[in-house]
Amino acid sequence: MTRRALARTLVYLSLILAAVVVLLPLGVVVLTSLKSSQEMADDSGALTLPDNLLNFHNYVTAFQDGRMLSAFGNTAFILLFAIGGTVLIGSMTAYAIDRFTFRFKKLVVALFLIAALVPGVTTQVATFQIVNSFGLFDTRWAPIVLYMGTDIVSIYIFLQFVRSIPISLDESARLDGANTFTIYWKIILPLLKPAIATVVIVKGITVYNDFYIPFLYMPSEDLGVISTSLFRFRGPFGAHWETISAGAVLVILPTLIVFLFLQRFIYNGFMRGATK
Amino acid sequence: MTDTTEKAAATAAGAVAQAAPEPAPPPRTARLWRGLTPWLFLIAPLALLITFTYAPIANMIAYSFTDWDGVSPELHYIGGQNYTEIFTREDLFQVFFVSGYYLAASVVQIVAALYFATILSFNVRFRNFFKGVLFFPYLINGVAIGFVFLYFFQDGGTLDAVLALFGYHADHAWLGTPASANVSLAGVSVWRYMGLNFVLFLGAIQSIPGELYEAAELDGAGRWHQFRYIIAPGIRPVLSLTVILSISGSLSVFEIPYIMTGGATGTETFVIQTIKLAFQFNKTGLASAAAVVLLLIILAVTWVQRRLVPDSADNRMDLG
Repeated sequence: MTRRALARTLVYLSLILAAVVVLLPLGVVVLTSLKSSQEMADDSGALTLPDNLLNFHNYVTAFQDGRMLSAFGNTAFILLFAIGGTVLIGSMTAYAIDRFTFRFKKLVVALFLIAALVPGVTTQVATFQIVNSFGLFDTRWAPIVLYMGTDIVSIYIFLQFVRSIPISLDESARLDGANTFTIYWKIILPLLKPAIATVVIVKGITVYNDFYIPFLYMPSEDLGVISTSLFRFRGPFGAHWETISAGAVLVILPTLIVFLFLQRFIYNGFMRGATK
Repeated sequence: MTDTTEKAAATAAGAVAQAAPEPAPPPRTARLWRGLTPWLFLIAPLALLITFTYAPIANMIAYSFTDWDGVSPELHYIGGQNYTEIFTREDLFQVFFVSGYYLAASVVQIVAALYFATILSFNVRFRNFFKGVLFFPYLINGVAIGFVFLYFFQDGGTLDAVLALFGYHADHAWLGTPASANVSLAGVSVWRYMGLNFVLFLGAIQSIPGELYEAAELDGAGRWHQFRYIIAPGIRPVLSLTVILSISGSLSVFEIPYIMTGGATGTETFVIQTIKLAFQFNKTGLASAAAVVLLLIILAVTWVQRRLVPDSADNRMDLG
């Protein structure tokens, strides 16, 4: 074997090894979710195939007893408002910063920038008191306002796009009698569609997966989102790994579907978001 | 909140529209409106920013000098006592050592991400498949990951079953001792976050013009030299960003250890401890002091990074 061929083989081996490391833990959980509690008790090992590959009994249990339907409903509600709010807030901020010169503009920009350096986890002790004083604790509005309020990434993404929209468009609209708000609503916002798509995807995945904020701010069981509802599986299902696995797969599946359909946008979105 | 802003903006817009057709609008009101317009767009964002970022920071600093329990109306100013407690009580201080495991894991993570980004930026078969597989864990729900790996490290779980395939029958509780539990948990965080670094590096490498490689190849440069002299300098800003994200990430680990062990067997991290102090033991004052310390460390790290790599700092300031 030449040196080059050897190097190529090693490269592929490392890739295959990495793929196994990623896929194996997930694959085993899928297998486990299809086993009956009888099979689990037999203790035949984690890698054995389930007797019946179409045994969806655990999924039904997880979905019903784990209150997944209400969890998906709460998550959808929060996603809708948090993303809508983020898009409006982010685009308005970007529009104001890019299209106007005003006093204290530098200060405003600095405030947003510095906020980006403060990790949310550090301030929750005090944020909690504020959310509580507004009476938002244990309501779905607590996570919504928190997700809306601190998103520098989306502001940054919008800013890049607003910049690329020629100012001559604003000016000609102004000559036609449009005011600032009409320009924002009728010209800028529609042209921001690609940016909106990016923000919706990145923010959507973040909100869907977040555990910390709903865990702290919405303790009541009726308000479980998918992460907190899944977390509660630890109690009632204890060592029933087949049910817990089914719950985990139920939660991962929507992400997988979105990922397979929107791969390219997701990579771009995260690249744009993180390299800010 | 958005609603009111829109209304305000609409009223403002109406006023401007009415004023426009008049032959000579009073210049003062016109100027006032023009000065006000950007603020109408900024009211809601600024209100949210101040209420949920700056007010908490200010309050947190204030709480950190008190003995407040978070509930009672009474609170006493106790000076720097909370801070002394954090740095002198061994059980409080030891969470910093746990961060060490995650810091070490970040190194592994960055090296692995760099390796895979480099080889997948060249022509490789099934490239998109491998790219997707490596990135996907980053998108998975943290609680689901926690459960997947609880089963992975379970007695007779995935890991033991795989080892048994190779004839090694591990009689080892992976999450049983502090050292092995922390290594296991840090391994999970590599599994989870490697994909993000990988995609960032890949994006940076692909933005390097292809002619550079061709020219290098003509000059007889091998893959290693291409990496050393073309790729490495080309991705320096992203690399430095990743390093700082990793450091602040290692200090603020929460989800995976909380979900998997609840902070037991010596896996308690800074954030878990703070949350417990504040919401289980009602020591809001002490928890605030801990949070201030964490915040200061992270800001210091960021500051050092910006001094060391000024070009990426420029990218950040791009917002203005």
